Amino acid sequence: MRHEFPRFRAVAGHALLAEFGDRIGDEAHASVVDLDRRLSDHPFEGFVEAVPAYVSLLVEFDPLVADHASAEASIRALIGERMPATLPGAAHEVEVCYEADVAPDLAEVAKRLDMSPEAVVRAHLAGDYRVSMYGFAPGYAYMAGVPEAIRLPRKPGPVHGVPAGSVLIAGPQCLVSTLLMPTGWWIIGRSPTRILTGASERPFLFNIGDRVVFRRIERARLDTALRPG
Amino acid sequence: MSEAVFKVLHAGPHVSVQDGGRRGLMRFGVPASGAMDRNALEVANAALGNDPAAPAIEVSAGGLALECLEGRATFAVVGGGFDVALDEVHGGAWRIGTIRAGQRLAIRPGHWGSWTYLAFAGHLASTRWLNSAATHGRSGFGGGRLVPGGRVILEEARWREDLVGDIPCPVSARPRGEMRIVLGPQDRFFEPEAIRALLSQPFALTDSYDRMGVRLAGPPLRVNAALDMPSEPILRGSIQVSGEGIATVLLADHQTTGGYPKIATIIAEDLDGFVQLRARNTVTFRAISPAMAVEIARTRQRAHQRYMEAVMMAHALPGFHAREVLWRSDFKN
Repeated sequence: MRHEFPRFRAVAGHALLAEFGDRIGDEAHASVVDLDRRLSDHPFEGFVEAVPAYVSLLVEFDPLVADHASAEASIRALIGERMPATLPGAAHEVEVCYEADVAPDLAEVAKRLDMSPEAVVRAHLAGDYRVSMYGFAPGYAYMAGVPEAIRLPRKPGPVHGVPAGSVLIAGPQCLVSTLLMPTGWWIIGRSPTRILTGASERPFLFNIGDRVVFRRIERARLDTALRPG
Repeated sequence: MSEAVFKVLHAGPHVSVQDGGRRGLMRFGVPASGAMDRNALEVANAALGNDPAAPAIEVSAGGLALECLEGRATFAVVGGGFDVALDEVHGGAWRIGTIRAGQRLAIRPGHWGSWTYLAFAGHLASTRWLNSAATHGRSGFGGGRLVPGGRVILEEARWREDLVGDIPCPVSARPRGEMRIVLGPQDRFFEPEAIRALLSQPFALTDSYDRMGVRLAGPPLRVNAALDMPSEPILRGSIQVSGEGIATVLLADHQTTGGYPKIATIIAEDLDGFVQLRARNTVTFRAISPAMAVEIARTRQRAHQRYMEAVMMAHALPGFHAREVLWRSDFKN
């Protein structure tokens, strides 16, 4: 029997952080996704919103209706004794162009890893990606699953003015940027796939726990896809 | 319905359209945004008979000047001790006034405060993103920033000369020198001296202050563990500490997750006052229990409700005397 997790920590007067681990891992994240789904299906009275991260779920509540103790009791009851179900999550295809002028760090990444750029691309395409959480900016979906062979620590400092749609890697993580932003991650490609979809019924492409497959496209396809209208 | 059109003569940085915020989307990396001082926005709107969470113009210490080009409008300026000039006539914030074509309205920082809200009786035309006109500073999504030369359009403008006058500034609107915090959720990563310093030493706000957050100057808050914690969710009011031990309080446009530990969180009820502080103002932090924080939220809500009812009743029962009576009876909370 292991009762260390979930661990609950109070956040101000209106939220509770439910922790499922200390280190990033599939099991902890599965528990986060599972609780997130259960809360969405069976919100307790006073539930406001939940924010999933790698190993924890922040649960915000209305302090006029609930408090930390009642929120914790509701969450414990929802988790019950069942093991988290590993639901498959939807699969999405994200297009990416790896040509040099839209992949400014690809050559440097290859050099540091003592690989050819083409091998880096193949390794990136072979990754098994899962959306772990969003953060930093709207639509910034952190995907776990970058293969060991192409994991690099982030750069010492950020580079400014990196365009939206940049495909970035750092350590085991990958993301496709949605805004013109600074980043210290390695820019290995550009994607025309919009994570901020602009569709009102589904404004964000991924849900937490979804799978992502990258598909390589040629420069011409990128240009066509990026052309307005 | 009548329309009023304004030209932006001057707009400082961080002057933008804000409303009650876009809730429920932090899971997608989208903070609520909305007014930095949420109470002030609600008062400005309610005093004019608008929905308290309706879009209004958030004015930073950079100030704002508008010229009314067409039509006429009733407006309220609420929040901070700002200076409000209609043509050459100066007054303060916390008042309702009227403006018509040819007149100029200039809002500048006054004795205290960092943010004030200019609301108009009517519907402020604004671009919405994800069901809210709140401007997300980093992306510019939502109603957007005001820029010199730009236009502000008021639709369905209502003319309510009978409302002109002062709106009492509640005690809770003013910044306090002491902020109440709940320690955590990552206070375990700090040396005991860091917690002691946080609870005993003054911290000053720095110039590094925008809608995302404000960096504090004070004793370094040393982290006792290697900084490799997984990114954790962030809330408005989180006090996040960087590897160098520097604290930042995250505000309306905060990132939704981050890998720096949060030593404590300022309770929601103290944030409207906190954002009205200025660079070099100092604060101290007092730790309270989570249960106490819940209790404060409930007590404050009752006082806020009484105050808002008085504001709305003053709107429904115009006339100086009726309002005076209401303020005197209900305002002391």
